[in-house]
Formats: sequence, structure tokens, C-alpha cells
Amino acid sequence: MAEFFETTVFFGVLISLASYGLGMMLKKKLRLAIFNPLLVAIVLVVVFLLVFDMDYETYQGSAKYLSYFLTPATVCLAIPLYEQFERLRKNAAAVIVGITTGVITSLSSVLLLSCIFGLSHADYVTLLPKSITTAIGMGVSDELGGYVAITVAVIITTGILGNMIAELVCKIFRITHPIAKGIGIGSASHAIGTTKAMELGETEGAMSSLSIVVSGFLTVILAGIFANFM
Amino acid sequence: MKYVMQFALILAVSFVGEILNFLIPLPIPASIYGIIILFLCLEFKIIKLSWVKDVGTFLIAAMPVMFIPAGVGLMASWNILRPSIVAYAVITLVTTVVVMAASGLATQLVIKLRNRGEGKKNG
Repeated sequence: MAEFFETTVFFGVLISLASYGLGMMLKKKLRLAIFNPLLVAIVLVVVFLLVFDMDYETYQGSAKYLSYFLTPATVCLAIPLYEQFERLRKNAAAVIVGITTGVITSLSSVLLLSCIFGLSHADYVTLLPKSITTAIGMGVSDELGGYVAITVAVIITTGILGNMIAELVCKIFRITHPIAKGIGIGSASHAIGTTKAMELGETEGAMSSLSIVVSGFLTVILAGIFANFM
Repeated sequence: MKYVMQFALILAVSFVGEILNFLIPLPIPASIYGIIILFLCLEFKIIKLSWVKDVGTFLIAAMPVMFIPAGVGLMASWNILRPSIVAYAVITLVTTVVVMAASGLATQLVIKLRNRGEGKKNG
């Protein structure tokens, strides 16, 4: 039986989808931000793997077919971007200021907190690209001499967290304009946050998608400079 | 057939993104080149919206589940995260909130200032 689970290609995808479905049900029933379907799904799968003593590699062998769709799905973010482009062009100044503020805030807050915690230079550059999309962040971390595996973990955590707290943060800081919400969510929590922005509305989704691209490029340029500060 | 061809077109754009990622020595992933290419193709009417819309909408709606494997992967990173877990956790939480608030508020401020300016001009 154990051997069978090492060869199945459907099981990993199946428990992922089933866990997500359960997460959706919980969210509908309980209406609490902590029951974020993505977080619930991840926790359920992890608990399942631990209880049945299944390796992460075994799960990944099947679940990788889900990850396969990430690139084409991300490419499709160009669709809402295209549909909302007129609105974006009218607010170009606000969008540029917003994303630039996000990138600089991200880099400088990591710098400040790394100093406070007395982290090493390697730890610091590992965290620098934490707010941008995984693939770009990995490249930045690698180039600056960070621990790439940790960068990936921190980026994914940032995304899930951003997805969970987006509505709460917008409420507390009175961010009500759909463009501002989208830029904030996308600049802070890349593609995983963007899935939440998409749920909030078309404009939010399009602006968040744009932030992934622009903040990614900006971080590639600025992280190299910030790396010299500590 | 419609859906098959839409998916094929999206994969074709992703593939061109992969080629650019291979050719250009920058840490920019295929997906980011892909967004730019598809956007430009739509904007310059090389690709019609109806050629990608249905499958694109489905893929975007299904996106959260595609992140589950990566999230579960955190489990495999636990051992390398453990030594500095407190610092990492605090920094991740604080910066995520601060960045979201700062960029959202900055965007909103510029929109409000501009609207006020326009109101004055018109009034």
C-alpha cells in the first residue's frame, strides 16, 4: 500500500482540492478571516501527511501537476489588466507612486527590523525580496547571497498572510478606493494576495496584477542597492 | 474545441515567456514575460480578448489551489526555518501589514489630491 502511494498521480491533487473545498465550506459557515480556504487547505494537507506518515516528496510527486498551471494562470492576469487599462491610465500617477512606496517601504522595513533583530547579512538579503513573486524573489536572493529555500518559504508565507489579512488591513487603515486596495494588496503580497484582490473586484484584481509585475522589476533594481546598507 | 484552442494560445504565450527567460540573463520568470506579452498582444489587437477570455477567467479563478503545493512545501523547510523562526515570523508579519497599508494609502492619497485639484478647476 505504501508503495502504491509513491506512484499515484491523482492522490496529491485530490487531497489538495478536497481540502480547499472544505476550506471554502468553513469560510461560508463561519465567516472568519482565519478560515481562509488556502490556509485551511495547506494545514489540512500537512496534518494529513503527518498523520499518515507520508513524505512531502511523495505528495509533491502528484501535486506538482497543480503547480504546473501557475505560469499559464499568472500569464492570464494580463486579461483583467487589459480590461482595466483605461482606468489605470487615468490614475497612472497614483499607481506609480503607490507601487514605488510599497517597494521602498518593503525594503526599508526589512532593513530596519533586521538591524533590530541583529540578523546576519545573509539573513537580511534572504528577506529583502519577501514581498515579490516567488520566481523573481528566488533570483534576487540567489544573486545577493541569501538562502534561497528560506526566501521561498518567507515569500509564500507573506502571500498567504496577505491573502488572509487584506480585508482587515484595508478596513483598519481606511483604504476604500478599489485602485488603492489592489495596489496595496499586490505590492505587499504578490500573486497569492492577488487571488484575494480578484475576489474583491475586477479593478482590485487588475491593479494587484500590475503591482506584481512593476514591484518585481523595481525590487530587482533596488534590492542590489539596499543589500549594501547592512 | 474553443476551450482547447484558448488554452493552447495561453500555453503558447507562456512558452514564449520561457524562451525569453532562457535567453535574458535576469531573474525574471517566464510568467512575468508572459503577462507583458499577452497584455501587449491584446492592446495591439494581435490577440482578440475572446480568444483567451473563457479559459483565462477559469485559470485565474482556480489560481488559489495552485499555491497549495508550495504552501505544503513550507513543511519541508521547517528545519532550516526553525533557528530564526521568531525573527522571520515577526519580520514577515510586520512588513506585510506595513507595506500593504503604505502603498494602499499612498495610492489613495494621490487619487484624492488629484480629484480635489480637478474639482477646483471645474468649480
